[in-house]
Amino acid sequence: MLSIKNLQVSVEEKPILKGLNLEVKPGEIHAIMGPNGSGKSTLAHVLSGREGYSVDAGSAQYKGLDLLDMAPEIRAREGMFLAFQYPIEIPGVNNTSFLKKALNEIRKHRGEEELDAIDFLSLIKKQMKLVEMKEELLKRPVNQGFSGGEKKRNEILQMAVLNPTLAILDETDSGLDIDALRIVAGGVNKLRSADNSFVVITHYQRLLDYIVPDFVHVLSNGQIIKSGTKELALELEERGYDWLLEEAESKA
Amino acid sequence: MIDKNNKIAQNNDENIAMSDEQQTIQNITDQDYKYGFVTDIEMEEFPKGLDENIVIMISAKKNEPEFMTEWRLKAYRHWRKQKEPKWPKLEYSEVEYEDLYYYAAPKKDGPKSLDEVDPELLKTFDKLGVPLEERELLAGVAVDAVIDSVSVATTFKGKLGELGIIFCPISEAIREHPDLVKKYLGTVVPYTDNFYATLNSAVFSDGSFVYIPPGVRCPMELSSYFRINASKTGQFERTLIVADKGSYVSYLEGCTAPMRDENQLHAAVVELIALDDAEIKYSTVQNWYAGNKEGVGGIFNFVTKRGLCSGKNSKISWTQVETGSAITWKYPSCILKGDNSVGEFYSVALTNNYQQADTGTKMIHQGKNTRSLIISKGISAGKSNNAYRGLVKVNSKSENARNYSQCDSLLIGDQCGAHTYPYLEIENPTAQVEHEATTSKVSEDQIFYLNQRGISTEDAVGMIVSGYAREVFQQLPMEFAVEAQALMSVSLEGSVG
Ligand SMILES: Nc1ncnc2c1ncn2[C@@H]1O[C@H](COP(=O)(O)OP(=O)(O)OP(=O)(O)O)[C@@H](O)[C@H]1O
Ligand SMILES: [Mg+2]
Repeated sequence: MLSIKNLQVSVEEKPILKGLNLEVKPGEIHAIMGPNGSGKSTLAHVLSGREGYSVDAGSAQYKGLDLLDMAPEIRAREGMFLAFQYPIEIPGVNNTSFLKKALNEIRKHRGEEELDAIDFLSLIKKQMKLVEMKEELLKRPVNQGFSGGEKKRNEILQMAVLNPTLAILDETDSGLDIDALRIVAGGVNKLRSADNSFVVITHYQRLLDYIVPDFVHVLSNGQIIKSGTKELALELEERGYDWLLEEAESKA
Repeated sequence: MIDKNNKIAQNNDENIAMSDEQQTIQNITDQDYKYGFVTDIEMEEFPKGLDENIVIMISAKKNEPEFMTEWRLKAYRHWRKQKEPKWPKLEYSEVEYEDLYYYAAPKKDGPKSLDEVDPELLKTFDKLGVPLEERELLAGVAVDAVIDSVSVATTFKGKLGELGIIFCPISEAIREHPDLVKKYLGTVVPYTDNFYATLNSAVFSDGSFVYIPPGVRCPMELSSYFRINASKTGQFERTLIVADKGSYVSYLEGCTAPMRDENQLHAAVVELIALDDAEIKYSTVQNWYAGNKEGVGGIFNFVTKRGLCSGKNSKISWTQVETGSAITWKYPSCILKGDNSVGEFYSVALTNNYQQADTGTKMIHQGKNTRSLIISKGISAGKSNNAYRGLVKVNSKSENARNYSQCDSLLIGDQCGAHTYPYLEIENPTAQVEHEATTSKVSEDQIFYLNQRGISTEDAVGMIVSGYAREVFQQLPMEFAVEAQALMSVSLEGSVG
């Protein structure tokens, strides 16, 4: 599904990712944890094709394609989805028509027929239940004036409608109340299948009670310094990152 | 493109039986040929340049009554004494007035077939889905007659006639309804008004005339689009719309497909008059050919549009979506003379490449309790320049006048410019005037967010821009609004990334 080898990325000459390796197989859920500023969002952005990053070395393959060579919209149409840490507001653009356009772009790319307004509406209504989102939010401009939690639910709704093969969730749990957390996690679990994969970036072990990962990685200073199973998250919760950082340093 | 048949079907609540309708089409088609505004495409050449003889010939060619010839001549003599205005924000090479043809330009100047037309223009037609048979016409290829457009346009007439509504070419109105024309023509935009309006008054070729009788609500959107296609009203268009007491009309001008014309200078005049309790809604989607990417070959569009709310409780609203022309100079305005009258101006002006636009509005408050609203959304991309120039004037006798103006600018890229010049002239202390202005940029974050959902950069910019201009698009009739949004994307192509 996703194979990242020795990825080195810098922003304005400043190295941020410093040789990162990651293998994600179909059906797997990977959690990425790590201190603030360690490069988690940078990884998510580079994988989804955001401008402003320079890839200095390494490679990333997605479904056997050279990911870093593709335009961001093509990555999206190929089934890659990023739930943004800070979802963007687009004034005046209706949430529903935006999402319909997005879905139809993806369907066109796959050679499927575009959905008309009626079919789309029944799909979106169904998926809204999954994330228990207020219908009123569909009529509003994309994310505009949404509360922090509403924005995050809107991301998950989009994910549910677009049904990606690889979804990267960048701190989707931050800013969610306990109920919302459960709902969002429930959404992810419903979408989970043997064919699709998730990369879940989070600071909190709590989320991983709901979305049980196959692997947990710790990203620090642009590298994955430790990988393990869900028990690693529990250990981090208890002990923090310091012991790992020390361990990594002594190895270096 | 507007689906013409559809539009008529939608607007016609009381269905006319199909056969009747076809009969009407047939009748009126025949009639129009009689009046010859289609066959005029084949017209003889007038010499270049302008003098009194040409003015007289134009008037004679149209079989105009004497008052019209006199009026044209007065305008011509006045024009001779005028100098072309210079506008600080517009730059263009001088128009050689003695080098223009003031009656239809000879056919041979235009492209002979679509093969000779700017391929970019043809691509745009593709994207907007312009039907093949209309492309030649829009691209300015000489065509003999366009029976389709004429027949569709004229389905209106039978239905409208029953209500006493007059909707016809102004040349026809001058002959058939001289009293109405004499009473209203030039009352809002006098022939002395400004350089371009004066020139227009002397030589105007054709345009639309609308009269709505007292108490009548016009049951469909009136559109000039069909007629312009058929008759090629050319560079000096003149429109006069009169809404008598208690009547209502919504009028659409233009079309979203870029129209090409060998006439570089366009100087149209539009006059609106709303009597007591009447309302006129005038919507324009204007997309004249803007020239190629280097700015060559575009149209100069100098338009005078003004509405007079002459009666109490009358209302005039202008909605315009401007994306075309190399140079646009236009200020649809309202004179709020009647007490409690209302003027509105909703505008989206988009400029790209080397386009220049200087647009805005004037709201002149004269009556008591008059209100005006200005929503202006400028969008600049490429190396273009977009200026908003607005005047709110409250006369000393205008008690309790109110105005709210909002002028927003959106920049795409960093080589374009946006300028806002709000002018206020308040002579009455009871006036309440509010002005808000913002400038924003299309952010990379927004584009990336949409990209990440599978939407191309071009579409993303189109969506963002349409969202920004939503308040104005909402004022447009439904099908026009949808087209206007498609137009945004097409017009902004290549401006990002
Ligand atoms: N455009 C930029 N210009 C300069 N520095 C940047 C830029 N983008 C990211 N950085 C820096 O790169 C580092 C990694 O940032 P990133 O957002 O990837 O961290 P993160 O792991 O997601 O942190 P958090 O947990 O706080 O979300 C930070 O030090 C950040 O300041
Ligand atoms: Mg982050």
